[in-house]
Amino acid sequence: MVLKTYKLFINGQFPRTESGRSIKIDGLNGQALAHVCRASRKDLRNAVEAASAAQSGWAGRSAYNRGQILYRMAEMLEARAGEFTDVIASTVDDGCEAAAREVQAAIDRLVSYAGWTDKFSQMLGTHNPVAGPHYNFTVPEAIGVVGVVAPDALPLLGLVSLIAPALCAGNTVVALGSEAHPLATAIVGEVCATSDVPAGVVNLLTGLRSELVEHFAGHREIGAIHAANLPGEQAERLRAGSAENLKRVVVRAIAEPEGWYDESACHSPWWIEPLIDFKTIWHPSGI
Amino acid sequence: MTRTTEQSGKWEYAPAPESAPIEIADRYGLFIGGEFCDPSSGQWRSSISPANEQVLSDVAEAGADDVNKAIAAARDALPGWAGLSGRERGKYLFRIARRIQERARELAILETMDGGKPIKESRDVDIPLVAHHFFYYAGWADKLEYAFCGRTASPVGVCAQIIPWNFPLLMAAWKIAPALACGNTVVLKPAETTPLTALRLADILQEVGLPPGVVNIVPGGPEAGAALAGSDAIDKLAFTGSTEVGKRLAQIAAKRGIPLTLELGGKSPNILFDDAPIDQAVEGIISGIYFNQGHVCCAGSRVLVQEGIAEEVVSKLEWRMKSLRVGDPLDKNTDIGAINSAEQLARIKHFLEVGPQEGAVLHQVAGDSELPDRGFWCRPCFFTGVQPSHVIAREEIFGPVLAVMTFRTPKEAVERANNTKYGLAAGIWTDKGAKIFNIATKLKAGVVWCNTYNKFDPGSPFGGFKESGFGREGGMQGLRAYVRL
Repeated sequence: MVLKTYKLFINGQFPRTESGRSIKIDGLNGQALAHVCRASRKDLRNAVEAASAAQSGWAGRSAYNRGQILYRMAEMLEARAGEFTDVIASTVDDGCEAAAREVQAAIDRLVSYAGWTDKFSQMLGTHNPVAGPHYNFTVPEAIGVVGVVAPDALPLLGLVSLIAPALCAGNTVVALGSEAHPLATAIVGEVCATSDVPAGVVNLLTGLRSELVEHFAGHREIGAIHAANLPGEQAERLRAGSAENLKRVVVRAIAEPEGWYDESACHSPWWIEPLIDFKTIWHPSGI
Repeated sequence: MTRTTEQSGKWEYAPAPESAPIEIADRYGLFIGGEFCDPSSGQWRSSISPANEQVLSDVAEAGADDVNKAIAAARDALPGWAGLSGRERGKYLFRIARRIQERARELAILETMDGGKPIKESRDVDIPLVAHHFFYYAGWADKLEYAFCGRTASPVGVCAQIIPWNFPLLMAAWKIAPALACGNTVVLKPAETTPLTALRLADILQEVGLPPGVVNIVPGGPEAGAALAGSDAIDKLAFTGSTEVGKRLAQIAAKRGIPLTLELGGKSPNILFDDAPIDQAVEGIISGIYFNQGHVCCAGSRVLVQEGIAEEVVSKLEWRMKSLRVGDPLDKNTDIGAINSAEQLARIKHFLEVGPQEGAVLHQVAGDSELPDRGFWCRPCFFTGVQPSHVIAREEIFGPVLAVMTFRTPKEAVERANNTKYGLAAGIWTDKGAKIFNIATKLKAGVVWCNTYNKFDPGSPFGGFKESGFGREGGMQGLRAYVRL
């Protein structure tokens, strides 16, 4: 078996961390499985730069096209289902069946959000009956770059669940995958690279939350944070750091593991809604 | 073209003061648990009229103990209020709307006396919108299940709400109406310079028999604001005001992770393309910046005008600006009233000094009428020769001061418009429909007014992108801040 070294996924490419640091990942049997990069602040900044450059192009694509690309991600994830299941089962102590269930749910999540791209604005947007000769409507728009901080548990499903609604709305994403089980994150990069996801739309980092959360919070080009099940102290650092630049922060508390399998909760436009800004447009009506 | 029309020989207006005297008590206490009470802080603050600096009334200044008492009253009232059917909650709100309409004249005069805004604005804009806002959200109270597809909405709890001095009663309505419709209870802190209409609203709440403690009103300054925002007994914080204070409150809310909505400052661009209907656009610029003395978070304080029409627009602006009447806010002919406070006037004057120092050219009509001896006044003005790097092009002035800049291409207009930390509003003036939608999509702003400006409606969501805050007020989207899903 080849002892693989997984790299980061930034701007459609697989660079090593500029810091040269890596983390050895051991399997449940105690044997080394692989190495992953321990991303630095500089890697995060490179990722944000790529995400920022890609954002208007991604938001400017038709919702139909974004939906097709999310669906393609689901297809490519399914094609690698065996690899994901093996990797998860070899580091998460819940057995093969749980791993396979997680992979299937991640595929379903992408399929669901592939279908939401051209519908959520019809649920969240409105035409507003104002008292006067004006035509007035409100539409959701992408915030820009969304920072995702994934939970430790359910390393694939947690990550995909936080990324998909952001992409759905036309945001680009810089995500820090599960710190405890980072291998799935690295393979999601390979899914993106083969799914027609434009370069820079999804950027994936592996590393230590304790090093990176404050830089997620402080970076002014990140418009919103989508995170879940963080230790209290890290959630507070995220929120406090974001207060200075007023980015929107959502730190979800999801019951593990079953909360992640609750489709009525997780496949919802209310997961997209925190990652958009509403724009209200007025125009006079007259001859 | 050049304007040769001068204002020599123009008609003089006779004063047309609003006549109905209204009763203002010597003192107003805090409104806690459905009753007015003296502050345990023992502190009172005089609320003055900015138009003549005369004391209107002494108003209780809430201290930390008072704020805690108000929060406790709101907490006590919560189960009963949240437990009422939506229809019954709605009925209270409908009644409030009705009483506001019936007492509109009194409220408009009081708003103008306490805050300095022209009576024609408080009478025709502020108070009608206040009534409409309560009426609009009254109707939502029993329809929440339709607003949040696939979810069940429940109240957030005790809401702390801190509002500014520029639209005192309207901001109270924006905060209170959706909160109550969703089954929350409220502690509201009005601004220290403009507490009187909020306290008059308390009187209306008593009249309609709103259950005690559902709304509590605690006038005060930064100390009361800090006690309210920092209390660990509140479930939600909502604030309208400056970005600077908004960030401090965001820090406080971050510690506890409570939900927060912020409606903050702006430096909103008003973009004129060379195919715009110019006379209409000039009217839009004028109302965009001079409405309410420019004390408007979404004021169109940066005009971006396409080069080919810049000269004509500037000349028409200057001409139109001359016709604005500055003076007694209670005069029905007055276009621009008093600046809200001495502190705000000093801030505006600072920017009027900085602009020319950086190389911009100030256009300000000297005016033929004398300004009153007492009170706080600033004649409307605008700057030309403004660069995007100038302080007057970047910072919110919150006064009747406009920065005029030019652009060549639509792309440049969008870049310049978005080149700000703010993102509250924007205006677009062009006769081309396709251009309107293209530009409106590219502007990073929560409200985009196309061929109009400064329009507000309870059904129309309002709020910012970027550092202009988050959350929306108005419309179905305005309910979101006051429910748990």
